[in-house]
Amino acid sequence: MIHDLAPSLAGTNGSLIQIEHLTKVYQLGEVDVHALRGVSVNVSKGEFVAIMGASGSGKSTFMNILGCLDKPTKGSYLLEGIDVGKLSRDELAMIRNKKIGFVFQGFNLLSRTSALENVELPLFYGPTSNKIRKVKATEALERVGLGDRIHHYPNQLSGGQQQRVAIARSLVNDPSIILADEPTGNLDSRTSVEVMGIFQELNNNGITIILVTHEPDIAEFAKRHIVFRDGKIRADKVNSKPKIASEVIKDLPLIDDEEEAA
Amino acid sequence: MKILNIILSAFRALQRNKMRSFLTMLGIIIGVGAVIAMLAIGQGAEYSVKEQIAALGTNVLMVYPGAQQQAGVRSGAGSATTLTEDDALAISRECPAVQYISPGAFAGGQVIAGNLNWSTSIQGVGSDYLEIRQWLIEYGDFFTDQDIKAAAKVCILGRTVADNLFPDASPVDQTIRIRSVPFKVAGVLTKKGQNAMGQDQDDVILAPYTTVIRRLSHFPNLRFILVSATSLKDIAAAQTQISELLRMRHKIQQYDADDFTIRNQTDLAATATATTQVLTILLASIASVSLLVGGIGIMNIMLVSVTERTREIGIRMSIGARARDILTQFLIEALVLSLLGGITGIILGVVGSQVISSIAKWPTIITAFSIILSFGFSIAIGIFFGFYPARKAAMLNPIDALRYE
Ligand SMILES: Nc1ncnc2c1ncn2[C@@H]1O[C@H](COP(=O)(O)OP(=O)(O)OP(=O)(O)O)[C@@H](O)[C@H]1O
Ligand SMILES: [Mg+2]
Repeated sequence: MIHDLAPSLAGTNGSLIQIEHLTKVYQLGEVDVHALRGVSVNVSKGEFVAIMGASGSGKSTFMNILGCLDKPTKGSYLLEGIDVGKLSRDELAMIRNKKIGFVFQGFNLLSRTSALENVELPLFYGPTSNKIRKVKATEALERVGLGDRIHHYPNQLSGGQQQRVAIARSLVNDPSIILADEPTGNLDSRTSVEVMGIFQELNNNGITIILVTHEPDIAEFAKRHIVFRDGKIRADKVNSKPKIASEVIKDLPLIDDEEEAA
Repeated sequence: MKILNIILSAFRALQRNKMRSFLTMLGIIIGVGAVIAMLAIGQGAEYSVKEQIAALGTNVLMVYPGAQQQAGVRSGAGSATTLTEDDALAISRECPAVQYISPGAFAGGQVIAGNLNWSTSIQGVGSDYLEIRQWLIEYGDFFTDQDIKAAAKVCILGRTVADNLFPDASPVDQTIRIRSVPFKVAGVLTKKGQNAMGQDQDDVILAPYTTVIRRLSHFPNLRFILVSATSLKDIAAAQTQISELLRMRHKIQQYDADDFTIRNQTDLAATATATTQVLTILLASIASVSLLVGGIGIMNIMLVSVTERTREIGIRMSIGARARDILTQFLIEALVLSLLGGITGIILGVVGSQVISSIAKWPTIITAFSIILSFGFSIAIGIFFGFYPARKAAMLNPIDALRYE
C-alpha cells in the first residue's frame, strides 16, 4: 500500500466528502457529452442527502464518481481527506470495500446466490474470518428485517426484500457512507417508505447517506436536498423538517398485510 | 479472499452449468486419457522388447554376417555372405572366453505330418544351442554332434508345432516332411509360452544347421553364430577375441571396417529400446494434440463465461473485489475444470489401458511418470488457457462491467 488510507487531517474541515470543480465528459464517437460541468460540494459526517434533478442531469454520473466506480475527467474528490484521484485500482477497490456501501436501483444481487451469501460477499474481499463473516452478514440482514429470509435466493424474494438485501450488503462492512442511486425506483410507495425507514435508522446510527431520487415524497425523508440540472448543482438547501418514515407508514393505507409480491 | 473460499465458489459456479462444465472437461478427460493409454502402450512395448532380449540369456553374443550399419541397423541377413562354418569352428577352437557356440541357419516352410500341415520357421542350430538358450527337452533327445556331421534329417519340435501336427500321438520317432524332405522327430521342447510381445516361442522347429543348409535353404553360409561367454564378465573379452579372429580370418586390413557384426545384449537392448521409445513419443504426441484441443475448449468456455458474467464481475468490483481477486476467481475455475478433467482422464486412461491389455493381448505399463506428466499437463493447460480469459475479466472497468447489458 503506497498511500496511507487513514484520513490526513490537513486540509480537512471535518468534511467526509469534499468535491471541487468536478467535470465528467463522455466521448461518444465525435461527440463530447458533458455529464458534469463543474460540481463543487461538501458533505459532512452524519448527513442524509437527497439528490434530485431531471433525467440526464448527471446524478448517476456523480454518484458513480462518489462511489469510486468511475473517475472524473477533471476536478478533485477528497474522501475523508484522501485524494481519491491519486489512488491505484487496488486502493480504489479497498475504498469501495471498506468505506462505501452502494445500493443500486436494479438491486445488483448475484443471482442463484442466497441472501446471506450476497451479504457476505464484501467481507470475502477483506480479512474477516469465515465465522465472523457469517455472524456479521446475519446481523446485517436482521437489521433490515430479513432475519427469516437469509437462505432465500433473489428470485424467491420480492423487490422490496431484494433491495433490503442490497442495503444489508452495503452496510455489512460498516462503511462511513452509503450511496443509493434511486433505491426506491422499482418499488411501490409503501415499500419505498419502508426502505426509507431503514435508511433513516442507519443515518440515526451515524452512517452518512446520499441517495438519488425522482420522487419529492421520498426526498422529504432526507435532511438536505441537492438539485442537479445540466451537470451542475442548481439548488442546495437544508430540509429543516424531514418526515419520519416510521410515522408515515402508520398513516399509509394497508392494502394487504403481507404485500410482498415482487 | 481466501483460496479455499475461491475454490468452493469455483465449484459452485461450475455446478450451475453442469452440462457445459462436463463437456468442457470431456476434452481434457479424453486428452489425458489418451496420453496415459498411449504412454502405457509404448512403455509396454519397450518393456516386452527388453524382456525378450533378456530371455536370450545374459552372457550371449550374436555374430552376424555383414558390416554394422549406421544407427545400429543391420542389413538383411542374406546380403552378406561372410560367415562360414569354418569361422564358427575357429571361434570355438581359438577363443578362450567362449564357452558354447552354435552356428545358425534359417529356413521357413510348410511342414506336413500325415494329413496335417503347419507353417513355421525352421532354425538350423548346433548341438550346444540348448545350453546357450537354456532351453530344455521335454521328451525325446536332442540331436548329437554325429547328427550334425552327417547332416542327419532329424528335428526337434516346439510345443505348438507338436500339438498341431500330432494332436493325439507322441511325435517322437514319427516322420514329418519339411518342404517334402522327410525328417525324423527326435524330441519335443518344453513349453515356454508367449513372450512379453505375445509371440509364441513354441512355434519353432530346430534341426542340425548342416541339414538346414544342405537340404532346405541351399544357402552355403551361416546366417548367424550364437555364442555364450564363459561368464558374464568375459563378454567383452569374448567379443574382442571373436572380432580379432574373424578380422584375421577374413583378411581385413588394419583400417578397414569389419565385415561382420557382433552384438551383445546391451547393444540389442539399446537398439530395440530406441525404436520403441520413438514409438512411445510418437503415440504420446498424437495424444497430446487432443489435450491441446481440450485446453482450447476450456479457454473458449471461460471466455463465454467472462462475457456472460460481466455484470457479476461489476458487482463484485463495486463491493471491493480487486483485479487480482477476479483474476484468481476465473483462473481457479479454469484450473478446477482442467484438474477434474485431468484426474478423471487419468482414471479413464488407466482403466482403458487394462482393457486394451486384456482384449488386444498387448502389454501396457502405467508408470508414476506418465501419471505425474498428465497431471502436470492438466495444471499447465488450466493455467495457460485460463489466464487470458481471467485477465480479460480482471481488466474490466467496474462501471463498464456494471453497465454491461
Ligand atoms: N457511459 C456513457 N457514455 C456516454 N454518455 C453517458 C454515459 N453515461 C451517461 N451518459 C450521459 O451523461 C448524461 C448524464 O447521465 P446520468 O446517467 O448521470 O443522468 P441521471 O441524472 O442519472 O439521469 P436519470 O435520472 O435518468 O438516471 C446523460 O446525458 C447521459 O446520456
Ligand atoms: Mg440515473
